[in-house]
Amino acid sequence: MTVTVETTINGQPVTGEVDENTLLVQFIRENQELTGTHVGCDTSQCGACTVHLDGVPVKSCTMLAVQANGHEVTTIEGIGEEGNLHPMQAAFQENHGLQCGFCTPGMIMASIGIVERNKSNLDDETIRRELEGNICRCTGYHNIVKSIAAAAQDM
Amino acid sequence: MYKFNYVKADSVDAAAAAVSGSEDGKILAGGMTLLPTMKQRLAAPSDLVDLGGIDALKGIEVSGDSVTIGAMTTHATVAASADVAGAIPALTELASGIGDPQVRNRGTIGGSVANSDPSADYPAAVVALGATVVTNKREIAGDDFFLDIFETALEEDEIITAVRFPIPEKAAYIKFPNPASRYAVVGVFVCTGGGDVRVGVTGAGPCAFRATGIEDALKADFSAAAVDGVTVDGSEFNEDMHASAEFRTSLVSVGAKRAVAALS
Repeated sequence: MTVTVETTINGQPVTGEVDENTLLVQFIRENQELTGTHVGCDTSQCGACTVHLDGVPVKSCTMLAVQANGHEVTTIEGIGEEGNLHPMQAAFQENHGLQCGFCTPGMIMASIGIVERNKSNLDDETIRRELEGNICRCTGYHNIVKSIAAAAQDM
Repeated sequence: MYKFNYVKADSVDAAAAAVSGSEDGKILAGGMTLLPTMKQRLAAPSDLVDLGGIDALKGIEVSGDSVTIGAMTTHATVAASADVAGAIPALTELASGIGDPQVRNRGTIGGSVANSDPSADYPAAVVALGATVVTNKREIAGDDFFLDIFETALEEDEIITAVRFPIPEKAAYIKFPNPASRYAVVGVFVCTGGGDVRVGVTGAGPCAFRATGIEDALKADFSAAAVDGVTVDGSEFNEDMHASAEFRTSLVSVGAKRAVAALS
């Protein structure tokens, strides 16, 4: 048996016929070939698969693709492009907020949520607490925190 | 993940019928526990009945003496609710400490309560505040709801629609989180009102329970020192790689004392 996925990804309506047990991240990467969203742990710990669902960060490895029906998904590809980066992407570049880069798409999607939730009240302690759901195995947290604080000024 | 049939329910009645009519159907709320469990092949339901499309199950209502939270209301929504913060700030604190921001954006109170995970946060508040678990069939007192590890009073096709919390005079929730998962190694919820003191504990035993010995001591003398005189029976407590039963026994007392200190 299969199910029909009918959702919106980065503003574009998309449909697909997939197995019921297809995860949202599989649909994004394999069906839609948007490989910016990464799979790190596949156990909802690391946050590399973070995307926005109706504007808020969620872990796309812990959602069925069919659960996105009728909702709007935004991936890292949907927030900026070369030459016109999202302020969070620009801040990560400017502040060297990445080392190997594997966690970066999830970090950026989660970080946009952090700034949007805490706009007026964003200190380093808040940023570190709110990064709870994202792991950087290069342990490059210091510059990630710096990047988010910088982006908060431009968002 | 094993295969299953996916059913999107448009009402609670339809969801209950879909579960009853299936071989081994399960309700899908936020999926923050169920989906990882299925990915590990520790659960293999024949059908998943998704409540995500039922708007009637979402929302928060505060009346003069209670806060009612719809079963599909996310932890993020509860954490951000000014109404909840005004009525039961300890519940705001509890909801904002569950998992991580992404998990709070999906996880729901109904799912947390129905699962009776021994380390989940909400069950401590349900037993301490004497909440009522409202289902499609009846109302269940918080004290009668949690039976054992992953076991509740819910019947197979019974679905939680809301949880109603009486507003206490004062309440505090102290949690010793696992540093990686943020699940409660032990969580202690203390509340007072009408001359009564109630203490709910999660993380320590097979399911959430009331620490009646501590309650009695605090009713006689509401002070952290009073908790010292109580021996917590940890003989049935959980023991795992994160904490021994002995350590959890100690954390119940320490948590209760810190909660009392926060309220004094």
